[in-house]
Amino acid sequence: MPQEGTKDSLVQFHNVNYSLPTAANIISDLNLTVERGETLVLLGESGCGKTTTLKLVNRLLTPSAGEVQVEGKATTEWDPIALRRRIGYVIQEGGLFPHFTIARNVGLVPALSGWDQARTTERVRELLSLVGLDPGRFAERYPRELSGGQRQRVGVARALAADPPLLLLDEPFGALDPLTRASLQREFADLTSRLGKTAILVTHDVREALILARRIGLMHKGQLLLLETPERFLASDHPQARAYIDTLKVSDGGAQ
Amino acid sequence: MSFWQFLQLNWSELLLLVRQHVVLVFSAILIAVIIGVPTGILLTRHRALRGPVLGIANVMQTIPSLALFGFLIPLPFIGGIGARTALVALVLYSLLPIIRNTVTGILGVEPSVREAAVAMGMTDGQVLRQVELPLAMGVIVTGIRVATVIAVGVTTIAAAVGAGGLGVYIFRGLRQYDNNLLLAGALSAALLALAADFFLGLLEGQFSFETKRGSVLPKVALAAAVLLVVVGGIALWRGGDAPKSAGQARVSVGSKDFTESALLAEIVAQMLEARGVSVERRFELGGNLPHDAMVSGTLDLYPEYTGTSYTAILHHAPTGDPRAVYDQVKQEYASKFNVEVSPPLGFENTFAILVRGEEARRLNLKTISDAAPHATRWQAGFGQDFMSRADGYPGFSKTYGLKFAEVREMDLSLTYIALSSRQVDLIAGNSTEGRIATLDLFQLADDRHYFPPYEAVYLVRQDSVTRVPALREVLSKLANAISTEEMRRLNYEIDGNKRDSKEVVREWLSGRGL
Repeated sequence: MPQEGTKDSLVQFHNVNYSLPTAANIISDLNLTVERGETLVLLGESGCGKTTTLKLVNRLLTPSAGEVQVEGKATTEWDPIALRRRIGYVIQEGGLFPHFTIARNVGLVPALSGWDQARTTERVRELLSLVGLDPGRFAERYPRELSGGQRQRVGVARALAADPPLLLLDEPFGALDPLTRASLQREFADLTSRLGKTAILVTHDVREALILARRIGLMHKGQLLLLETPERFLASDHPQARAYIDTLKVSDGGAQ
Repeated sequence: MSFWQFLQLNWSELLLLVRQHVVLVFSAILIAVIIGVPTGILLTRHRALRGPVLGIANVMQTIPSLALFGFLIPLPFIGGIGARTALVALVLYSLLPIIRNTVTGILGVEPSVREAAVAMGMTDGQVLRQVELPLAMGVIVTGIRVATVIAVGVTTIAAAVGAGGLGVYIFRGLRQYDNNLLLAGALSAALLALAADFFLGLLEGQFSFETKRGSVLPKVALAAAVLLVVVGGIALWRGGDAPKSAGQARVSVGSKDFTESALLAEIVAQMLEARGVSVERRFELGGNLPHDAMVSGTLDLYPEYTGTSYTAILHHAPTGDPRAVYDQVKQEYASKFNVEVSPPLGFENTFAILVRGEEARRLNLKTISDAAPHATRWQAGFGQDFMSRADGYPGFSKTYGLKFAEVREMDLSLTYIALSSRQVDLIAGNSTEGRIATLDLFQLADDRHYFPPYEAVYLVRQDSVTRVPALREVLSKLANAISTEEMRRLNYEIDGNKRDSKEVVREWLSGRGL
């Protein structure tokens, strides 16, 4: 029974289960509402189901039971192509097409959506500048000629190209060195708040969650254990949350 | 004659053979790509089909090429003799590398890249065309490259089914023991393979996205590949443009794959041409191919020996009476195949059991029976034909009680040289072979009359004679026109003196006023 979402919710999970015939439940009974404009971070170790949760949103996967709604409509009722073009998707290392130039990578969704050449070119320049890459220097290069951090910026630019209301990010900064990661995290937080984008970001890095999230969803073995703001997450006495917070203290202590 | 002189004399024929070769390979690869790439794509979408289809393609490739040609000959539409059969076989051989590499290439695309493409909102077709195929192209081109190099090799064997190409020189060179022919055929084929490999290799480099830096090489490769396609296309187009005026005065003359048969076929061909009949030459066909081709209507005529027809085609037990064999063959061919048997040409070409002359003199050997006691110390070398036919080795060894130390099956034309160079001690050659005298070989008499009479005749389709009346006139003029000695001399002109068969025939015909 689809429930009436609040006016400001963009994505809703209603009693979602996802399982494969060969394995136990990957997602169990997930209920979650993502508000417009917020950055929700799903935190958890590998295999906890956070990436699966993300793929249920843009219908790379469909629920075995329950329903995922995007803009009030179940993903199964969406035309998958139309749905995906309204959702930006960023994965580790960017998932760039190695045979496309940077400009063509970034301009892909506009081109698919039938924008004319001039408008696409203009949009690509604008986006590259937005993510801190000089269009004159980078537009005609190929992904292999860029550093990991630069590729990740291109990945974000590509996800933003058609101005989608929602961004999905799967460990977007995971493969970067700590300094690059920190600066990209800051820029990303800045960018989403400036553009007013809704984002669901998946990470196993509790620091990243604390920096970027308006709310943190802690996942474990396919279940959402906790859904709190960073402040209340830090104060939580849930054992799983405490384990994450403790790692933070140990590494802080080591750093001092 | 030096190789260089040979090339100067024969370059136009060599170029023709190269062109035939290239056209065959190019068309086969083109068809294989048109079939193979979509099949490969289909297999990436339907996992269940992958095993069976790749399995079938794999089996195709393990069939030896001559055997595959053999299977194809009797089939309607795709079979017969000539370029079409060769093309079908070449396509079947080329499919596996192309299908397999298409599958491997597409499945090898980084999963994250494919996932990103789907998540960007690409349709299946867009993912395939814009992402999977471009990224798989390097691997697919590798498959095409492998298939092309294999096809250049296999095409040399296609000469055995009358498809032309450089194999014509290779087979002829083996038969005539002529190194210039062999070298010209084999070297050209090898150069073709290397060139194809090189250019497709450059093209392949064009598609490696992980390492490429802006370089001019890929553009050169692309240009070369385009040039190759254009040249191949032109050659193909012009090849298909051959005169096809299937008028009533057109005769397709075939021959078996040895000098004498080709020579006899050339005699008829030139006589017909002198009478204004256009002739299609389908010479040097292996095994019983000419028979199958004539019965199926691809050939109008070819030279044959009555004994061969009697035993190998009609499956009668060998018998010694020439008249009886001729009459029986004539009657059965008319009723079974609607084929006429011409009057005998005047000579026999029977199996000649040969030993070295010096050995015959030393041991005082005259007949095969004389030689039988020595056989246990001897190695024998026999052609594939002799080993397998009804009037060949099994009955022969039984009749004379022969037990050789070893029996080697080898190419007939090589046995003469093997004998004279002491690699073997006894062979079964042809009685009209020109080299019998020049290599000092001795023919042992068939004292138990084991070998049936092999009178040379022409076999011709009845409807061809009705259609082209000049055929009957030509065949009657050739009745009793060639003696055994004369045939031996003509064979030697070609095999021994390395002369061009057309020239030898022209000379002989004018000398005889034919």
